[in-house]
Amino acid sequence: MSTPLGLPTLRSGTADVPSLPDGVRLGKKDFTSGSEVRWCPGCGDYAVLAAVQGFLPELGLRKENVVFISGIGCSSRFPYYLDTYGMHSIHGRAPAIATGLVASRPDLSVFVVTGDGDALSIGGNHLIHAMRRNVNMTVLLFNNRIYGLTKGQYSPTSEVGKVTKSTPSGSLDAPFNPVSLALGAEASFVARTLDTDRKHLTQVLRAAAEHRGTSLVEIYQGCPIFNDGAFDVLKDREESVARLVRLEHGQEVVFGAEGSQKAVVRSASGFGVEVVGLEEARAAGREPVVHDVETADPSLAFALSRLDEPTMAHVPVGVFRAHSRPTYDDGVRSQLDAAREASGGPGWRAGDDDLEALLRGGDSWTVE
Amino acid sequence: MSTVPDPQRSPEQPAHRVDKQVEVLERVVIRFAGDSGDGMQLTGDRFTAETASLGNDLATLPNFPAEIRAPAGTLPGVSSFQLHFADHDVTTPGDAPDVLVAMNPAALRANVHDVRPGGTLIIDTDDFTPRNLAKVGYATSPLDDGSLEGYRVHALPMQSMTVEALKDLGLSRKDAERSKNMFALGLLSWLYERPTAQTERFLTAKFAKRAAVLEANLRSFRAGWAFGETTEAFPVRFTVPPAPAEKGTYRNVTGNAALAYGLVAAAHRAGLPLVLGSYPITPASDILHTLSGLKRFDVTSLQVEDEIAAVGAALGASFGGALGVTTTSGPGLALKSETIGLAVALELPLVVVDVQRGGPSTGLPTKTEQSDLLQAMYGRNGESPVPVVAPSTPADCFDAAVDAVRIAVKYRTPVLLLSDGYLGNGAEPWRVPAAHDVHAVDPDISTDPNSTADDGMTPQFRPFLRDPDTLARPWAVPGTAGLEHRVGGLEKADVTGEISYDPANHDRMVRLRRAKVKGIEVPDVTVDTGDHAGGHDHADSDLLVLGWGSTRGPITAAVREARRRGLRVAQAHLRHLNPLPANLGEVLLAHEHVLVPEMNLGQLALLLRGRYLVDVISCNQVRGLPFTSTEIVEAIEDVVAGRVRPTPRRDAR
Ligand SMILES: Cc1ncc(C[n+]2csc(CCOP(=O)(O)OP(=O)(O)O)c2C)c(N)n1
Ligand code: SF4
Ligand SMILES: [Mg+2]
Repeated sequence: MSTPLGLPTLRSGTADVPSLPDGVRLGKKDFTSGSEVRWCPGCGDYAVLAAVQGFLPELGLRKENVVFISGIGCSSRFPYYLDTYGMHSIHGRAPAIATGLVASRPDLSVFVVTGDGDALSIGGNHLIHAMRRNVNMTVLLFNNRIYGLTKGQYSPTSEVGKVTKSTPSGSLDAPFNPVSLALGAEASFVARTLDTDRKHLTQVLRAAAEHRGTSLVEIYQGCPIFNDGAFDVLKDREESVARLVRLEHGQEVVFGAEGSQKAVVRSASGFGVEVVGLEEARAAGREPVVHDVETADPSLAFALSRLDEPTMAHVPVGVFRAHSRPTYDDGVRSQLDAAREASGGPGWRAGDDDLEALLRGGDSWTVE
Repeated sequence: MSTVPDPQRSPEQPAHRVDKQVEVLERVVIRFAGDSGDGMQLTGDRFTAETASLGNDLATLPNFPAEIRAPAGTLPGVSSFQLHFADHDVTTPGDAPDVLVAMNPAALRANVHDVRPGGTLIIDTDDFTPRNLAKVGYATSPLDDGSLEGYRVHALPMQSMTVEALKDLGLSRKDAERSKNMFALGLLSWLYERPTAQTERFLTAKFAKRAAVLEANLRSFRAGWAFGETTEAFPVRFTVPPAPAEKGTYRNVTGNAALAYGLVAAAHRAGLPLVLGSYPITPASDILHTLSGLKRFDVTSLQVEDEIAAVGAALGASFGGALGVTTTSGPGLALKSETIGLAVALELPLVVVDVQRGGPSTGLPTKTEQSDLLQAMYGRNGESPVPVVAPSTPADCFDAAVDAVRIAVKYRTPVLLLSDGYLGNGAEPWRVPAAHDVHAVDPDISTDPNSTADDGMTPQFRPFLRDPDTLARPWAVPGTAGLEHRVGGLEKADVTGEISYDPANHDRMVRLRRAKVKGIEVPDVTVDTGDHAGGHDHADSDLLVLGWGSTRGPITAAVREARRRGLRVAQAHLRHLNPLPANLGEVLLAHEHVLVPEMNLGQLALLLRGRYLVDVISCNQVRGLPFTSTEIVEAIEDVVAGRVRPTPRRDAR
């Protein structure tokens, strides 16, 4: 049996979060806590922290209404460094904890900070369920393809054959593609960005925060200590131009250097997409696919996510999907409102009499 | 005196009534037993509701298999509901039924041995076919092989009579048979002069949208009543007068419902929204169900992906200034351990409800046990003290829940509320409190900085600056300007809450967290010496029986019985397992012998020995059912007679 839910129309992810009074602007400093940052020199987490501290003021929100909740891992130290409310929780559970907070507090802008091990190994279950529910929060998934904090074991995003302290003969299990996983789990907003591209990172994070629903942002993050060079091919200017497929809503998916441009076209089999030379494609009448983040059908976004291979020959980055659908927390609150309204009209709150009537129930008797 | 509704006569008055004698009884124990599909729980519930409204005191014991529908007609598929009602204070569902209603051979076989000698058996004979008898191992029919000689037997074709009563409704035989439980209920309601109006109202509401089913149920119910009135098989009717009760408004309530109401009432009085995170598990799910229907009381219920998420969501809500609650049973509590530890570290309010069932592992999902006490106390990594509160009767679940909320909010701590399957599903009359009788704890949520920076001027918020009396830390919630702070599971520096790996600080914080829990205000335990002490010291007692949780009923009944037999027995019961009442050590030392009945293998006993070096004597059973009072009486007699003694101590030479 299902009931029409009469959910509210969709708004920005921060629509219910109090904003700063006119004319008041915060800066990076306002979001910087006094805690000393303790990542290794050269860690990609620094760049993400800087980007976040830089873009948070742009949201124009009161900072007391911003909350960061993290799990456990190097990246999960993040909340300590921001002068907002924060919780450094336990391994893998941040999405679950944030779900309870978001469901009961529409006036907060909630961020979850997690690592590839935290989000996809121990916390995989919470992550997929948060995404399918579409809880209004922004998940920053720091993917360094390694367990940093525990000193370098392979992770669920490490490439097959990864030699680490725990896999001296090479890891055997196939990795997750976090973007594919998120799309499969019904996430309404899915994006990928890089710690090394401050501008892209900022744009993506901002879009994610403003999306109403669960936004999953995979951030390729360098760990020079335990997974040195993992993303080097994307750091090199020429290589990155040749490999990064920058997705833009409404645009043809083409990439590569001038002169040797590539196109992403529908594959000949009819399913999925493939990469061919742009000239060649046009000559054969195979037009590049046009990226659409809003469409309800995630198939094309999923096909694009599959371009990503361990060799990083083509790495799509940007927003894969930004589809509007009802959020869990709005639904939870509207059911509460409806129940109250049915009891006594708009704005009704239960009083002591109502409590006593509840306790008495339908079948009470009196002893005089 | 209670205002007793007139037993409502069936509208279909029988043409030829037989004059019946009415016998007045002080107490009756009835057990309804049938197949899991026969609706015995519903039948028992309705009989209980009728009985409660008549003003009898009562206690119930539902007992059903874990399978939704075990194979029909088999012993494992038998479901039963026992009810003890009386004209006086009732503390247990009764050791041995006076009356067994058995709807098939399996129900008879599984239960007849519990019936007291000379008791009454009301048996539906329709299923007594050779095949069904063989299925449960009866070589001959007990109805005619003389094996039931010691009982008063009423062998009635209830199923056929039901079908007959419904014959013009155009139902299939199978559908008609389905309401035979209502026939039995009608008959028993007649036999014990129970009021029927409520049951008719209940059926009307339940089947409002299914007219044919409603008609079948009502007719069967009335047919059962009419049968009693017209048949000569029952020459005597019985009545049990109301029990004296304090003035007030009463209702019948199960432990799970009372617990849910207690949480809601306490949150309402505190002015806090309640956020429940839960994952279904027997026998705790009814709390989730009840709370899910109370949205108008600002109750958010989140059924999430697992127990870890459930407690996480609750804790997240508490971080946001709500009362976070999570409900589960033993296996779920195991999954929640790490997050409860986080709540200990964060020092945030959280109520964790464990409706205990038989373990280990999946164990006995529908049966009761008290074997999670040590898990509640110690089932976490690190020094992780958690207050533990245990209700002792179904109605007491309300007060225990209110108390758990008080402790959680006042001391900023997770609290474990240890109910059990017997309390959760069992029911008893409850004097409903007025709203203002429910303790209102002040959430005292911070609005301003609580200290100044080193310059002595700039206001500063220090998240771990404790209240000197309670040692509770401030509760500052997101959305409050100027109080932004970070908390986490890493050790925090005293006062400032910054991450700290300092050895002395850790030592101090561990001790502070323990001191906070130790210092929680809990009332002294009271010792009931009965009349025998006549005002003199309880040290004169031969024995103290000390219990916790749901053993209160059987212990009370046993202690009364032992006193009737002339034994000088004192009784005390623990509501608070952590911290233990301040006077408990004194009470234990004042008694030569202490008997501790528990539905586990001695978990409280272990705590008492460790804490007080008192060699208490355990009395244990884990059959998945509450103690009978007889078992405890025997244990008391054994100790008093010197047949059982504490383990002898090694000579301290
Ligand atoms: C329950 C539990 N199991 C294991 C650990 C140990 N542990 C801490 S972080 C971590 C992996 C972190 O990897 P990732 O999430 O990728 O974060 P990174 O350090 O790479 O940023 C593990 C296994 C823990 N803290 N808690
Ligand atoms: S171990 Fe790697 S991920 Fe962790 S702080 Fe160092 S560089 Fe960063
Ligand atoms: Mg990692």
